[in-house]
Amino acid sequence: MAKKPVTFTLNGRESAAFAEEGQNLLDFLRRSVGDLSPKYGCGQGGCGGCTVLIDGEPHLSCLTLAEAAAGRKVETASGLATGPVLHRLQEAFMERFAAQCGFCTPGMLVSAKALLDRNPRPTREEVIEALSGNLCRCTGYEPIIEAVLDAAGERARA
Amino acid sequence: MTTVETFPTLAEAARAMGSGAAFFGGGTVLMRDVNAGEGPQRLVRSADPALKEVRAQGETVRLGAGVTMARILAERDLAFLHSVARQIGGPQVRNMGTLGGNLFAPHPYGDFAVALIALGARAVLAGQGGARPVEELMRERARPPLVAAVEIPRPRSGREFSFLKVSRVKPKGVSVLSVAAFLPAEGGRIRGARVAWGAMGPAPMRGQGAERALEGGALDAATIARAAAQAAEGLDPPTDALASAWYRKEVAGVHLRRLLERMERG
Ligand SMILES: Cc1cc2nc3c(=O)[nH]c(=O)nc-3n(C[C@H](O)[C@H](O)[C@H](O)COP(=O)(O)OP(=O)(O)OC[C@H]3O[C@@H](n4cnc5c(N)ncnc54)[C@H](O)[C@@H]3O)c2cc1C
Ligand code: FES
Ligand code: FES
Repeated sequence: MAKKPVTFTLNGRESAAFAEEGQNLLDFLRRSVGDLSPKYGCGQGGCGGCTVLIDGEPHLSCLTLAEAAAGRKVETASGLATGPVLHRLQEAFMERFAAQCGFCTPGMLVSAKALLDRNPRPTREEVIEALSGNLCRCTGYEPIIEAVLDAAGERARA
Repeated sequence: MTTVETFPTLAEAARAMGSGAAFFGGGTVLMRDVNAGEGPQRLVRSADPALKEVRAQGETVRLGAGVTMARILAERDLAFLHSVARQIGGPQVRNMGTLGGNLFAPHPYGDFAVALIALGARAVLAGQGGARPVEELMRERARPPLVAAVEIPRPRSGREFSFLKVSRVKPKGVSVLSVAAFLPAEGGRIRGARVAWGAMGPAPMRGQGAERALEGGALDAATIARAAAQAAEGLDPPTDALASAWYRKEVAGVHLRRLLERMERG
């Protein structure tokens, strides 16, 4: 089966790897590129654990063809921190205990980042809507929603 | 094993369709099968810019089959479709899922197709002249023809068209049922009533019982009651994990009544 070279930008850096025929972007990122932050929950679009940003918008990497990422800007939770300095959202998640097992966290973080990039002062309803494609089996969502609102507040003050 | 072929134009993609091929829109339905090792033999994609075309002005709106739900929500001139697009999946699914894919997404999906059928939209097929009513394509779901674009008559006012989706999980749940009504009126009488249902048959379909009750009447309490009483006529809903066929038929009239009362209030 032919392998296809895929060149794309991953968290601001030029990146390239070979994709297998019909391979999804999640599997490609995890196995061929080595970014383990997007998670495999269901492979069916239901959980949002595999969420990545493509050209700034949340996509389910498990339902995206790896080769469709060619030439596009992909962002994952691995790209949020700058060296040892965590992203505001990551700080807020820590403060609010918004991660328990942490499996949903990378997907939650990038969905929240897409929201704040577009809408720096979201209402609570807008936060809930933006996270509605991401399931969490641990936290009951409240701490996550509070964390995103906190991060938005800080950003507005800064 | 699934192979992927990408063509620069829709015409080339259309020629490549046929044996074991499925056209790849946003992939939110197709990739699930691919991931499960049950995908079609061939996925056919196209980078044709016509697929993403949005002509939102004028009496007839024209949208490429590759236009996503998120793209529709970003277009002010498509406000009449916003309540429909907003209720499909979560943010990720709306960024990925296309209009063309929604026409052929299996039960309980197809909420956008429901709205299109009520509006009397027509599908432009790749490599063919003219356009065919979207509802006609519902009978060809086993082997869908390649859709290039959809032409949608714009309702003259917000009151003429309305859409309602019933789901158990909010936001983002899939349909127990969905229903859309397009009720143009002349001199206070409904002329050319169109009602469409989702999750009430093998594919999105017209609701002929309700349409008959509405046609020629004024949108008032008596007409609404008649339409609600005849709502389930001709519907053949499936039983699934969300609801039984019996339940769906039982509540069809209740939800149609709510939709129509909302339209009556304006
Ligand atoms: C978590 C989740 C939630 C969802 N919620 C909803 C919901 O609430 N409501 C709803 O309606 N759907 C829902 N869906 C289903 C789906 O996302 C949508 O129906 C979407 O619009 C399908 O479009 P697509 O481009 O992704 O389809 P694809 O997977 O690309 O294609 C689906 C089918 O349509 C065919 N097709 C695609 N484009 C064309 C074309 N141009 N011409 C001919 N055939 C074509 C394909 O060959 C395939 O048979 C959901 C899916 C997921 C994963
Ligand atoms: S792994 Fe992609 S949505 Fe669950
Ligand atoms: S923290 Fe465990 S799933 Fe969200």
